[in-house]
Amino acid sequence: METAIFAERKSQIHRKGTEPFDLSCNKESLAGAVSQRACVFCGSRVVLYPIADALHLVHGPIGCAAYTWDIRGALSSGPELHRLSFSTDLQERDVIFGGEKKLERALHELIDRHSPKAAFVYSTCIVGIIGDDLEAVCRRVSQDKGIPVIPVKSEGFKGNKRAGYHAACWAMFQLVGSGDTSDIGKKSINILGDFNLAGEIWIIRDYFRRMGLTVVANITGDGRVDDLRRAHGAALNVVQCSGATMDLAIMMEEVYGVPHLRVSYFGVEDMAESLYAVARFFQDAEMMARTRELVREELAVLYPKLKGFRRALTGKKAAIYVGGAFKAFSLVKAFRLLGMQVVLVGSQTGTAEDYQELHDITEAGTIIVDDSNPLELSTFLKEKDVDIFVGGVKERPIAYKLGVGFCDHNHERKEPLEGFVGMLNFAQEVYNTVMSPVWQFVPRRAGKSRCQLSGKA
Amino acid sequence: MKAKAEPYVSTTNACKLCKPLGACLAFRGIEGAVPFLHGSQGCATYMRRYVISHFREPMDIASSSLGEKHAIYGGGPNLKQGLKNVMEKYGAKLIGVASTCLTETIGDDVPLLVREFRQETAKKAGLGETPELVTVSTPSYSGTHMEGFHAAVQAVVEQVAQGGEPTDAVNLLPGLVSPADLRYLKEILEDFGLKGIILPDISESLDGSAQLEYAKIPAGGTLLEEIRALGRSRATLELGRTLFSLPSAGKTLAERFGVPLYALGLPIGLRETDRFFQVLEELAGRPTPARQADERGRLLDAYVDGHKYVFGKKAVVYGEEDLVAGLTAFLAEIGVRPVLCASGGQSGHLAEAVAAVTADLLPEPALVREGLDFYEIAEEAEALAPDLLIGHSKGYHLARRWAVPLIRVGFPIHDRFGGQRLLHLGYRGAQHLLDRIINALLEKKQQDSPVGYGYL
Repeated sequence: METAIFAERKSQIHRKGTEPFDLSCNKESLAGAVSQRACVFCGSRVVLYPIADALHLVHGPIGCAAYTWDIRGALSSGPELHRLSFSTDLQERDVIFGGEKKLERALHELIDRHSPKAAFVYSTCIVGIIGDDLEAVCRRVSQDKGIPVIPVKSEGFKGNKRAGYHAACWAMFQLVGSGDTSDIGKKSINILGDFNLAGEIWIIRDYFRRMGLTVVANITGDGRVDDLRRAHGAALNVVQCSGATMDLAIMMEEVYGVPHLRVSYFGVEDMAESLYAVARFFQDAEMMARTRELVREELAVLYPKLKGFRRALTGKKAAIYVGGAFKAFSLVKAFRLLGMQVVLVGSQTGTAEDYQELHDITEAGTIIVDDSNPLELSTFLKEKDVDIFVGGVKERPIAYKLGVGFCDHNHERKEPLEGFVGMLNFAQEVYNTVMSPVWQFVPRRAGKSRCQLSGKA
Repeated sequence: MKAKAEPYVSTTNACKLCKPLGACLAFRGIEGAVPFLHGSQGCATYMRRYVISHFREPMDIASSSLGEKHAIYGGGPNLKQGLKNVMEKYGAKLIGVASTCLTETIGDDVPLLVREFRQETAKKAGLGETPELVTVSTPSYSGTHMEGFHAAVQAVVEQVAQGGEPTDAVNLLPGLVSPADLRYLKEILEDFGLKGIILPDISESLDGSAQLEYAKIPAGGTLLEEIRALGRSRATLELGRTLFSLPSAGKTLAERFGVPLYALGLPIGLRETDRFFQVLEELAGRPTPARQADERGRLLDAYVDGHKYVFGKKAVVYGEEDLVAGLTAFLAEIGVRPVLCASGGQSGHLAEAVAAVTADLLPEPALVREGLDFYEIAEEAEALAPDLLIGHSKGYHLARRWAVPLIRVGFPIHDRFGGQRLLHLGYRGAQHLLDRIINALLEKKQQDSPVGYGYL
């Protein structure tokens, strides 16, 4: 069983209850280990991508733009410029002679064609090597065109996805503070770290509206450049997702004094507590009363429906491997609400504090893992006889090949999983997965059923 | 149609993928092989995800995961450590090392590093036998995924194939075709009584069965001993018309080992398939076996049955150049007018390939354009008012905009189920394509009609 684990990676795997908890993390991926991680560019791209009226130009060879073309379900209520994949498609001669001129011409061409509110220019690996001066090009084009043209320092090799989050936050911060905030009231917030997958931010915005709050900027789901420019006028930054937009919240706090709250919209407990936390911040009894009423209304609809799912799912086992650890916290609680046991939980980019929290909220025997890979994950899935594995598209074939159920909780999902209604969707999906009759036929379970072809293992 | 003053500088919605992805797909078609990218971690992860979404199969691609300091001091140590880890954990028989734009630009000499690694590991006990280590240069800034695919196949041939005592085997280098196509090609060879070596062969490794244990390396693929024996075969069939005038694995086998090369187009449609079968007849010294001949007969029958549904319909064909040439050949045969044949690739040979396969079939030559992205394809095609699109799933947004059917073929298909099981090649593949095209047109007609025909 342990042969799947590299000696160098042992310190990044912990079994709760066996020894004192001390998981190492935030390390560079081990060469040759098929990490499930991505790169700096990926981190920047996922954060900025949903800003729908900006031009997103990838400066580099074609791959980086091609692999990120319209791959996420980040919806927009208006413009959809973000769904196009723009690239300078650097060729050999550009690599030799430099890509600045091509970049400048491409920016002019695309800005003339699409009239975006701003442009983000992403660096890729080789831009960092050939030394194109992105800042100078962006400055020139910005002056010519009269819109912000912002370089995103996202050379793939310069760290991991988290470095990309930081670069994206820095880029957005260039916009913040340049808009008029005079008409923004005191009961106002920005929503950070929600990407409006399957329309989720619209669910959350509706909750805040019912509480009596105004949302100034969506950062970044269904995001708009002009909203970002005046985001510093909001009274509070409400930040979801452990890594992605926290840096922006911190920068805004330091420079504009906008405080922030960490929240999660997944699962009933975290969703309700997030709303209460926001209401507490505003110290407004009426708002708190409205929030209580909102939660009561939502739960009155949700709980009876969850009961049936809980009855069917109690005792089933779940595994979680996601990008950021913060989502894992909520998932652990959501599975508990469904009566299920989490036997494996891990993330690509969790921090020491994140893993400590995971350790605190999970039960003995749970495997906790940082920056895992297919060999390890498949070994753990088998060992724990898991009923459903929650992850992203790279984890799906690991589960399916072994005949294990799977739930996509990543950016490609098409069903909203946030909010109270999201919990119901989640329960429905878990139920549809775990209760499918197909599992009894797969080799893993076929021994227990009588469905087996003679002569086949 | 308006003439464009000069080509666009920017690319919007590319109709191509990057070079290392093609190399990884090719390496996945070798038994016991692990594709390995020398570059930053993101490349491997993005490509894995792209491939997985089409095949719905595991696709492990190892990476040397270079960081900032390696970009400055060279990625050699990481490459070697990565190779060692892949050897130890995966037990790979072959590791296919493809470079990326990062490592090409910082100037890592991958063949040299791999030679050093081989010498260093040979000295150490306990690592077991060193696997075959194949290197291929695949900078993303030069060429598309198809060039990467062909370069990897050629690298495997150059670095692994050997000469020696001649065998009866026939080499078949199919290019990037679906697992279903590959299984069908095997069946054809078997019916002819020919012993074939297909390189690469993703028929099982990217369309495998349910497993009890997670295979570190999925089963299937061309056997190493078969690859070593490629230089001893009696002939090579290499598919893809744009390869005719380019360096290729088939030419390497001919030049280095004297294996006669039959260069053919992808056998799509009747005439290109006939050419393929004629070569098989010649090599097997027998007429086409009854089972295959019957399929040809049924295809002809279907051509007749279906001709009215498709005649004069205008199609836009896009994707990899050889696939576009093959599909255009087929469309021209059934009376569809290929009004635009477009590719993101730029071999410089697509126009001649299309001209060759449509000779004497088209009243006016098809418009052939290389190096296009979907923005340009849309611009070219808008005025042509196509009745259908045929290509991979990335053209869906155009089909939606124009409310015409998209016949999904090739790679990638990210919005439908079973892309790996689509058949394109041979008489049987043409039959499938014909059925799908006609049914898509009928469905459109039925849906658009106020009558609600129940009989078409």
